[in-house]
Amino acid sequence: MASENTTRNISVTVRVWRQAGPGARGQFVDYPARNLNPNMSLLEMLDVLNDELTVKGEEPIAFAHDCREGICGTCSLVIDGKPHGPHRGVASCQTYMRSFPDGAVITIEPFRASPFPVIKDLITDRSAFDKIQQAGGFITVRTGAAPEANAILVPKDAAELAMDAAQCIGCGACVAACKNASAMLFVAAKVSHMGLLPQGQPERDRRVLAMVKVMDELGFGGCTNQYECSAACPKLISHDFIARMNRDYLKASFRAAFKPVTATAGGGAA
Amino acid sequence: MAQLDSKIPPGPLADKWRRHRADIKLVNPSNKRKYEVIVVGAGLAGASAAATMAELGYRVKCFVFHDSPRRAHSIAAQGGINAAKNYQNDGDSVHRLFYDTIKGGDYRSREANTHRLAEVSVNIIDQCVAQGVPFAREYGGLLANRSFGGAQVSRTFYARGQTGQQLLLGAYSALSRMVGAGGVQLFTFSEMLDLVVVDGHAKGIVVRDLRTGEITRHSADAVVLATGGYGNVFNLSTYARGSNATAIWRAYRRGACFANPCFTQIHPTCIPVSGDYQSKLTLMSESLRNDGRIWVPKRKEDRLKAPGEIAEADRDYYLERMYPAFGNLCPRDIASRAAQRVCDEGRGVGETGLGVYLDFAEAIGRLGESAVRERYGNLFDIYHEITNENAYRVPMRIFPAVHYTMGGLWVDYNLMSNLPGLFVLGEANFSDHGANRLGASALMQGLADGYFVIPYTIGNYLATQKPGSRPAPDGAEFRAAEEEVRGRVARLLGAMGGEPVSRFHKRLGAIMWKSCGMARNRAGLEKALQEIPPLREEFWKNVNVPGSGETLNQSLEQAGRVADFLELGELFCRDALAREESCGCHFREEYQYPDGECKRDDEHFAHVAAWEYQGEGKAPLRNVEPLAYEFTKMSVRNYK
Repeated sequence: MASENTTRNISVTVRVWRQAGPGARGQFVDYPARNLNPNMSLLEMLDVLNDELTVKGEEPIAFAHDCREGICGTCSLVIDGKPHGPHRGVASCQTYMRSFPDGAVITIEPFRASPFPVIKDLITDRSAFDKIQQAGGFITVRTGAAPEANAILVPKDAAELAMDAAQCIGCGACVAACKNASAMLFVAAKVSHMGLLPQGQPERDRRVLAMVKVMDELGFGGCTNQYECSAACPKLISHDFIARMNRDYLKASFRAAFKPVTATAGGGAA
Repeated sequence: MAQLDSKIPPGPLADKWRRHRADIKLVNPSNKRKYEVIVVGAGLAGASAAATMAELGYRVKCFVFHDSPRRAHSIAAQGGINAAKNYQNDGDSVHRLFYDTIKGGDYRSREANTHRLAEVSVNIIDQCVAQGVPFAREYGGLLANRSFGGAQVSRTFYARGQTGQQLLLGAYSALSRMVGAGGVQLFTFSEMLDLVVVDGHAKGIVVRDLRTGEITRHSADAVVLATGGYGNVFNLSTYARGSNATAIWRAYRRGACFANPCFTQIHPTCIPVSGDYQSKLTLMSESLRNDGRIWVPKRKEDRLKAPGEIAEADRDYYLERMYPAFGNLCPRDIASRAAQRVCDEGRGVGETGLGVYLDFAEAIGRLGESAVRERYGNLFDIYHEITNENAYRVPMRIFPAVHYTMGGLWVDYNLMSNLPGLFVLGEANFSDHGANRLGASALMQGLADGYFVIPYTIGNYLATQKPGSRPAPDGAEFRAAEEEVRGRVARLLGAMGGEPVSRFHKRLGAIMWKSCGMARNRAGLEKALQEIPPLREEFWKNVNVPGSGETLNQSLEQAGRVADFLELGELFCRDALAREESCGCHFREEYQYPDGECKRDDEHFAHVAAWEYQGEGKAPLRNVEPLAYEFTKMSVRNYK
């Protein structure tokens, strides 16, 4: 059962990054948040604070959120220096006020990385991830052309490992956590998910080449094996997948040197 | 009065779809690229439709209000997707899936649509597997299944507790492929704020860019809405906070009929409400009912005791007692009402008394904790994060919450609304689930509509439209629609009242839940109909929307959506009042059997109620599409 200390209300100071628009100069602003039920989520605390600001005639804090159950990948806060906050394996929306002591100062910033420009306050533009997917993050299969589902046997272990990678919610915490703003964990998760399955084999080489190429072009950095990404990942996706992608990339590069597999072969139907 | 021709093809039930596909008009391949189709929304229905139509060669423009199409709320569906594959050799068939769905919907859906859904269910699994959706497998490499509510066979395919996520990412990958190939033009952060109708046909939309506030007009040969359900009219629900009805509501105001708005699914297994700050309710997948046993104490006095202190003999496993044939797997509407009933009797658990136990002790004893963890681990984790309780040790506490809307825009067999050129897919339409949707059927319908229905039926409409005849987006109708949108935005920003939007949403939600939630009656509905219009008036006078329309402004976004809910809520209650019977989710207290089950009135209400907008301040018109049951016998649902 919930322990007793979770029922006493708390008060905190929220130190929030405010930025009026893209390219505008931003700054931290402190707001008191009083008398909070500790079972309230951090985002619900921001809802209440925003209503107070509205009534006072100030502009509320813009923050990205949607499903509020840790699966849509919209919420994207750096809380006290950590993407998605103090707890492992959860998204910002799954952070509860009981995680903070009474009187705490909670610092809230957007995900910071040059490929994710700030749109306003705590909201960034992560369309770079969509562009990487569009380059090759798919298995080409025209609707209606699929064979009978059980004609494709997938060993249970492969399916499970593929699912571990496929759980990625595309939030970008891995990028925000990395000092190089590398998107390797995100790309590796998609490359591994499809590369582990028999369905993904025909395009395995071109997929990894195309996705890595676009990832580099968009300004994401390289991986220097600090594993901050997997520590910040709300789905705890393992950095082992980065090693798997590197192997795939190396093999694909060699093969591409001898037979025509090009990174520009993405875009499927073209 | 709108013409409601369901266009159900003639012939035997099992042949209708095949024959219809053979009969409908086609667009020749070199002409397809001359047509533009707008798709609004990129959940399961929208993404699969946009990708598939682009594969066929149509030029598709896809609009989403999210920052990425992968955020749509289909992503949150947990449990699974039904398909009549009969891989378990347990007696399943297309007919049985059809029958379960019709019966589960309490005989308020169309036979032909529902049968088509069951037919294409098998193709969906093939499609998704080929895309690389990592469904659960058996050791031999074949697909695994689980059972779900309202069925006596195991036909549900799943990917841990994240089936919706994996299916959506499959559709998103197909969509991404077609964006990369140039077949789909993607507009993110783009919210549809009006539909443009030219000469009676839907020919475009007006959109606001949520980043810059820029308002633009877009024309097309056809418009496809796949914008999801409207359960957030209740404020608290399992929907995402951003889920809204604006696209379908604007279409309704432009003449599209709204069918069965009061049909709302209240899901029995959600985490109970804990405080008035609460922004959403979280679902615990129905799949948990496969192994969890639902109970409350037999005596009221025991309700605040720790569950472990209540002896087995003092527990009431009420679903197993009341519905022995289906037990904990009875349909959602029945399970929800039963939970409400035991709470009304004062036997609800938890501080609020609005909760029942979902207990895994027996399953852990039978299967071992690790097997339970493998099946439901992520759900137990979610429960722990929210409640700080360990459900491996103490039973979960659950309570029903608004989860899905079976009602939606009226569509014919081709998924076209009464406005020619306007197609509506997935949860946004009304067609397949009747008065109650069975578990693992929403994902099925979204993908059926997008992958396997619209690619055929849109051609039937487009073939009647001359290539290149679509209007330019600067015609009078387009400019008028844009002016209306600008006027609304200005009015919201100009109200400068004293109350934030959220307070109006909460007040509306409270009215809806009280009068039009799990149980409804005439007096309550009449009262709600008196309360909502003044609330709406107060909203427009006293709402406070800070900031400007020329930047990202979440208060403004929310205000527009709540303004539409304030209108939709009224229609919702009006529909519930007019339907003087109980069926599926729609439980009118005046119409029940002595044991508390729904009493349908097939003589007077075996029909779809399709409401037609008549103008500001005027009562809408209630059109009726009779439902004929040629191939099934309408019976009283019995899960005992």
